[in-house]
Amino acid sequence: MDRLSTNQRAAILSFIILIAGLLIWEAAIPGQKAATELTEYERLTGGGAPKAGVPPPSQVMQKAWEQLSNPFYDAGPNDKGIGIQIAYSLYRVLTGYFLAALVAIPIGFLIGMSPVAYKALNPFIQVLRPISPLAWMPLALFIIQDSNASAIFVIFICSIWPMLINTAFGVAGVRSDWVNVARTHELGALKTALTVILPAAAPTIVTGMRISIGIAWLVIVAAEMLVGGTGIGYYVWNEWNNLDLTSVIFSILMIGVVGMALDAAFGRLQRAVAYAE
Amino acid sequence: MSNAFLSIENLTQRFPAGKGESLTVFENASFGIEKGEFVCILGHSGCGKSTIMNILAGLAEPTSGAVLMDGKEVSGPSLDRGVVFQNYSLLPWLSALKNVTFGVAARYPEWSRSKVVEHSTQYLAMVGLEGDTIHRKPAQLSGGMRQRVSIARAFANHPKLLLLDEPFGALDALTRGTIQDELLKIWSGTSQTVFMITHDIDEAILLADRILLMTNGPYARVAESVEITIPRPRKRDQIIDHPNYYAIRNHLVHFLATRSKELAGQQTGSDSNTPQTVRIDLVEETKGDESDDPRHGAHLRAVNE
Ligand SMILES: Nc1ncnc2c1ncn2[C@@H]1O[C@H](COP(=O)(O)OP(=O)(O)O)[C@@H](O)[C@H]1O
Ligand SMILES: [Mg+2]
Repeated sequence: MDRLSTNQRAAILSFIILIAGLLIWEAAIPGQKAATELTEYERLTGGGAPKAGVPPPSQVMQKAWEQLSNPFYDAGPNDKGIGIQIAYSLYRVLTGYFLAALVAIPIGFLIGMSPVAYKALNPFIQVLRPISPLAWMPLALFIIQDSNASAIFVIFICSIWPMLINTAFGVAGVRSDWVNVARTHELGALKTALTVILPAAAPTIVTGMRISIGIAWLVIVAAEMLVGGTGIGYYVWNEWNNLDLTSVIFSILMIGVVGMALDAAFGRLQRAVAYAE
Repeated sequence: MSNAFLSIENLTQRFPAGKGESLTVFENASFGIEKGEFVCILGHSGCGKSTIMNILAGLAEPTSGAVLMDGKEVSGPSLDRGVVFQNYSLLPWLSALKNVTFGVAARYPEWSRSKVVEHSTQYLAMVGLEGDTIHRKPAQLSGGMRQRVSIARAFANHPKLLLLDEPFGALDALTRGTIQDELLKIWSGTSQTVFMITHDIDEAILLADRILLMTNGPYARVAESVEITIPRPRKRDQIIDHPNYYAIRNHLVHFLATRSKELAGQQTGSDSNTPQTVRIDLVEETKGDESDDPRHGAHLRAVNE
């Protein structure tokens, strides 16, 4: 055992925890009454129903296999493959996110470079930032009059703050020695911004982008539950309404996996722009 | 003095020091530097050396006074004045080579990429950086190598004036020695004018044609201009045998140890403060124009300009 590296030991431990968890889960299920054993009264009030519906992991895995072997089928508005639902969600997240980046990074630059701009915009940022993105939803639906665009708007508004604040912070923190290098080489404002300030602030900016994408992925599920129609959030809610807990659990896992993949992508980007002083 | 290559005229720098007060770092400082000269400025920490250098570089504005280079007033930084900072002057996300090409491409925008790379590689080789090393990032280089890259970047740009702010301050004595030799070598092949800040007396004697001595601040003054009457090429192990070496060194030590304090804080009002020229040359004296007792030849000769 002690010949194994830390990583190998950790992997083995993870695997043991997984198996143990699944076994406990599987074992806990038969303790519940099967739906047929419920009394007439229980069945009428629905008392035992959701509990009775908690599926064992074997069933969830079966569902996952089914869904993942044909992720893109489309059998009408209430029956689409998990791949299609996730694609809708990703499309909304990425659209809102990149629009936010387009706004947040230049404004962050401005705030970071100019103390006046910082002081002028700071009160607005401080008031707008703590607002739950979902609180914007009614206003967005009313003004935009389109549920899809409203969901994108909510993503936009929640992604903007970490990127804006981190960009400003990163830009303001660029060492004056590096800016002086640009000055003594007579670089213009744009060239200085692109060849000195941007690479110097990039690690902080990308950290903000990584936080933003995480928040955006959290928010899209809730937003889609509200606006309905398509997307992984809607899918979860729809399966809940169908009392198909197997699908609910499966889609919860998928939300986790996609979120992890998004985060890993930005983790990679972060390593690419990192530098040691 | 005003027809010198670089002419500093009545330079005054004050900084606000809270409650409407102000700190006068130096007042009406005036001195000149000739073309091709290597001038070191020595003074205690905080006397305003970096402040002077930043003004010469155009990175800072003096409260009053002017700096003229080639008869034109310095305003703002320029590629004609290269700067080597004590720390952090390399961009850490670029390799050593890219740090140099960064400068060269800015200086010679009309050059092709390959010419820029070739020129930069050549200057890195001059400071002893070759092969794989030049593709490493600054964080993977030792302090000495980093400062070599800075020096290569500065020399590769052929600035009219090279400004160095304690370039070896953070290095150990051995590394410092090697890089000083490299600096001398690369400098002697050019007619580069150099203005360098240091607080190391031996370094100043080895490198400089002339040493400017600053008194302590506030109201610091460039009090003396000491000529280094030791012929070039100089080798660190040979100059110590030169008869002038210890006479000059003692004068400098004496100045830094006591006179820099005694002379400190004297407000001279509106007069222009030009340094006194000091020439210590025992060789010339023993040759016998002023046939005094040779033992008294060790006396200083302070000559007012
Ligand atoms: N931007 C500034 N604002 C206020 N005081 C400053 C500023 N820059 C330098 N000083 C002061 O001016 C004096 C000279 O500083 P400096 O030129 O860095 O000294 P040196 O390089 O000789 O050690 C110091 O007392 C320092 O505190
Ligand atoms: Mg200094």
